[in-house]
Amino acid sequence: MTAVEDRKVTGFEDNDRKPVGHGRMLRKEDPRLIRGKGRFVDDLQLNGMLHLAILRSPMAHGRVVNVDISAAQAHPKVKLVVTGAMLAEKGLAWMPTLSNDVQAVLATDKVRFQGQEVAFVVAEDRYSARDALELIDVEYEQLEPVVDVRRALDPSSPVIRTDLDGKTDNHCFDWQTGDEAATDAVFAAADVIVTEDIVYPRVHPAPMETCGAVADYDAVEGRLTLWSTTQAPHAHRTLYAIVAGLPEHKIRVISPDIGGGFGNKVPIYPGYVCAIVGSLLTGRPVKWVEDRSENLTSTGFARDYIMRGEIAATKDGKILAIRTNVLADHGAFNGTAAPVKYPAGFFGVFTGSYDIEAAYCSMTAVYTNKAPGGVAYACSFRITEAVYLIERLVDCLAYDLKMDSAELRLKNLLRPEQFPYTSKTGWIYDSGNYEPTMREAMRIAGYDELRREQAEKRQRGELMGIGVAFFTEAVGAGPRKDMDILGLGMADGCELRIHPTGKAVVRLSVQSQGQGHETTFAQIVAEEIGIPPADIDVVHGDTDNTPFGLGTYGSRSTPVSGAAAALVARKVREKARIIASGMLEVSVADLDWDKGSFHVKGDLTKSVTIQDIAMKAHGAGDLPDGVEGGLEAQICYNPENLTYPHGAYICVVDVDPGTAQVSVRRFIAVDDCGTRINPMIIEGQIHGGLTDGVGMALMEIIAFDEDGNCLGGSLMDYLIPTALEVPDWETGFTVTPSPHHPIGAKGVGESATVGSPPAVVNAIVDALKPFGVRHADMPLTPSRVWDAMQGNARPPV
Amino acid sequence: MQVPAPFEYERATSVDQAIGLLDRLGDTARLVAGGHSLLPMMKLRLANFEYLIDINDLSDVLGYITVEPTQIRIGAMARHRELLESAELGRAFPIFADAEKVIADPVVRNRGTLGGSLCQADPSEDLSAVCTTLNASCVIRGRDGDRVVTMEEFHRGPYETAVGDAEMLTEVRFPLRPNGASAYEKVERRAGDWAVVSSGAAVWLDGDVIADARVGLAAVGPNTAGLPEISAMLTGQRPSEELYEQAGIIAARSCNPVTDMRGSEEYKRHLAKELTRRALRRSVNRINEGS
Ligand SMILES: Cc1cc2nc3c(=O)[nH]c(=O)nc-3n(C[C@H](O)[C@H](O)[C@H](O)COP(=O)(O)OP(=O)(O)OC[C@H]3O[C@@H](n4cnc5c(N)ncnc54)[C@H](O)[C@@H]3O)c2cc1C
Repeated sequence: MTAVEDRKVTGFEDNDRKPVGHGRMLRKEDPRLIRGKGRFVDDLQLNGMLHLAILRSPMAHGRVVNVDISAAQAHPKVKLVVTGAMLAEKGLAWMPTLSNDVQAVLATDKVRFQGQEVAFVVAEDRYSARDALELIDVEYEQLEPVVDVRRALDPSSPVIRTDLDGKTDNHCFDWQTGDEAATDAVFAAADVIVTEDIVYPRVHPAPMETCGAVADYDAVEGRLTLWSTTQAPHAHRTLYAIVAGLPEHKIRVISPDIGGGFGNKVPIYPGYVCAIVGSLLTGRPVKWVEDRSENLTSTGFARDYIMRGEIAATKDGKILAIRTNVLADHGAFNGTAAPVKYPAGFFGVFTGSYDIEAAYCSMTAVYTNKAPGGVAYACSFRITEAVYLIERLVDCLAYDLKMDSAELRLKNLLRPEQFPYTSKTGWIYDSGNYEPTMREAMRIAGYDELRREQAEKRQRGELMGIGVAFFTEAVGAGPRKDMDILGLGMADGCELRIHPTGKAVVRLSVQSQGQGHETTFAQIVAEEIGIPPADIDVVHGDTDNTPFGLGTYGSRSTPVSGAAAALVARKVREKARIIASGMLEVSVADLDWDKGSFHVKGDLTKSVTIQDIAMKAHGAGDLPDGVEGGLEAQICYNPENLTYPHGAYICVVDVDPGTAQVSVRRFIAVDDCGTRINPMIIEGQIHGGLTDGVGMALMEIIAFDEDGNCLGGSLMDYLIPTALEVPDWETGFTVTPSPHHPIGAKGVGESATVGSPPAVVNAIVDALKPFGVRHADMPLTPSRVWDAMQGNARPPV
Repeated sequence: MQVPAPFEYERATSVDQAIGLLDRLGDTARLVAGGHSLLPMMKLRLANFEYLIDINDLSDVLGYITVEPTQIRIGAMARHRELLESAELGRAFPIFADAEKVIADPVVRNRGTLGGSLCQADPSEDLSAVCTTLNASCVIRGRDGDRVVTMEEFHRGPYETAVGDAEMLTEVRFPLRPNGASAYEKVERRAGDWAVVSSGAAVWLDGDVIADARVGLAAVGPNTAGLPEISAMLTGQRPSEELYEQAGIIAARSCNPVTDMRGSEEYKRHLAKELTRRALRRSVNRINEGS
């Protein structure tokens, strides 16, 4: 044994426990990923493969007058050049978005955002394809862009979506929820009303791996194989079948290792369609992988909500009602990925974790000359915006009432006996026990001591802030009676097969982008069937080899697919029980299950293991009457409700009074995601999400200049945090199982991204209290913090 | 992957050969040192050159840090990392380690060079501010031999230097004077980001009065050249908080920052003041700690 292996690493010892079921264990996929043996889309090399590059619009709004491709076609290594007009001839110039809007694959009439796809080149190598783009001569007639979202609906604003019949403005949709009259009545009678304008700026998921695809069309078989960076391979296949008119059984979508998704890889992008068209027209495999700037400027952004929030309360701090008005910037096409009946995603949970009397939201969404997208970046379908709104409002109320922000929350949290709780906007919170979670966070933080320290520091002119946030999420979309994406119900299939020697393969309909599915799902099955996780292979991300389902986003994998995996394992176990009863010659009622074996009640010596049963199921000799051979099952799980994880976060910051630089000193995150399958993986998800949250709070924004040029087109301009900006995370947990999930688990992938931005912002605003600051918008860069200190806090857009 | 336009590539084997190539190829050619400024621009196709002349094989001849009795000479190919780690340089000019710690990240610092930094002449460049603060001079070699210019002469404006088409920067010289110390203060939005504003200061004491003091700023407009008004104001005075404050006020009004994603003009002026004050204070404290 080497010295390195001998060394004990504190905190990691229990990773080696190798539980047969739930528990802390190292991730099965990591040896591959850590040793550079992961297989990503861009790693794929096929014989005769060509390379595709996309010409993009240099301006935000313009009419396409002429596209001259002759010089590009003459490039010796170029095989194909395609324009919007050429796609239009094949009826492929436009495609549906996930929100029943349409989006241009290649611009035909107008360009509507900087970075929009205008033409593509397919060449023998990546360099030549890129060089040839410069040989395409596009004549544009520049049009006035709509950049300022607040002016999008001005009658004087140019109309962006002239492609839509009869469109005379930039209105996208209106949406409302809650009871307006009841809310107004509560507001009218309330002691205290606090109003604040709160902006959640446009940010970008910026996954480490950009988007890309390799399309390989076999003209003889009429089969298309598409390797692509997708979080939802099955849904994508169905859409390709509908859009491209290819029969669905002749399309295979493979989503190999994915280098981060965060919602960025939910939509179908024009580049994927271009790669398919490129392969159809050249008869060769075609690879398209976007570069960093393309990813940042043209793919699904997140947020971009301008919110006016109002909170009504009694003067001793009982929250009575919430009212909000939202202006949503959807960019040039409504590419939001959300269940059809939820155009604003799950923003309706903006009532948060509090026991209130009434709530109302009205929202207007508009088109602007910016990249499309809408729901992305670990946001649980807009819950990020909702939680930010309510958690900022509660702090504004605490400020006005001069109450401690933790006390104010404790006073208003829903009580355990209220669950299942129907919110004033109609969401049914499955379970929750909030106060212990809040108290645990305060205990870890040493909350009272921190407040004492802060008071002392204020005496000395030092700026220290303590931010509290409490969130409830609604994840695991979703019950098919309410939730579908373009008509596809949000249920997920799962298939489990036990091989004769007792090893197993489980096939999932969801796809991992780094969440550790190969481990978690093996553990879920292991817990139910008693086969060690190492003996269970998890297959995912290949439509030919997995059952149908809607994919991984909105923290839905464990709530939906995880339930399917547990139930399919139970189904197999029930069959195993019948076979065991034959082997032990007792009735099924006389058998007890002991995680991995059945034994005769009261006699532990008479038992058969699941491995014995597997061999019997496939082996010689008769099985009990009516039992088929083999040991396998398949199910499709339709969730009864969403799951509602919650958490309490406390952030401590120090602000340099001279430079206004913020340093995040501590961050305490106590999460309750119900049953914890692999605590190490949960902590990993939390750590990543908290880092995201610090990034959004302090530095991330996709901004535009007045001409609509994107100012965040590289990672030098669009900043994401490094290890130096984040503290050592302090995590804790409580466990309130979901009553309807078969193993009581709730989603957790996005909790930290949802809960942390308000905690960080609340901490900074708290630090600035001596300056009379009640609110300041993200991103809180040193300059913007300094502005707030001067009494000039300004919205970022 | 971002890919540059086609170009020819040659590795220089000596300084003279590199200059010969530059002479022959004219302004279609560029030297590439660490490549951390040049290559990103080429990959984004903001800059296209027909020829790149790689001078990394010259790092043996141009990678030195030589301490002499009255000056320190640093070769143009000295890497950020070497400047950061040199104990001798750190003793003489602590401003180098202060600045290098906050320039980019280790990957960039392993390759990026002093020469490339100065020749890029980005107004946000930290080493230019350091060199200005230390009153450095630059040795430029052409076909006819060396010429030596001051920092004021070297930087002609943003992205423009005194280095001609068939010339290269070979060395930077820093005069050594007794009883001095220096410091660098930078505000960035995130580790590895370019400065919102930075300020360098160097102070030399004679007994308990300031014999000379210099301040150099970065990221506050085209001209990072020294602020003679500050030097004049400080010289002959006893160091004090009021004095640093006054120097800061001069710094704030002498610079030309613009509002951008890094910050507002107002904030940047405020930083010029605050950071100048801090850098002066730290320099003086260092002298006092050393004595
Ligand atoms: C992510 C990132 C972050 C950064 N952050 C910072 C920062 O915070 N602060 C900072 O100051 N810098 C920063 N930089 C810039 C970095 O310091 C560069 O390395 C440096 O500016 C250029 O040095 P180089 O050797 O890489 O030059 P190159 O890129 O090789 O060359 C730059 C220019 O100088 C010319 N040149 C190079 N050497 C000579 C010579 N000897 N004679 C004549 N001309 C020459 C080249 O032809 C070219 O035009 C950052 C860079 C990156 C990529």
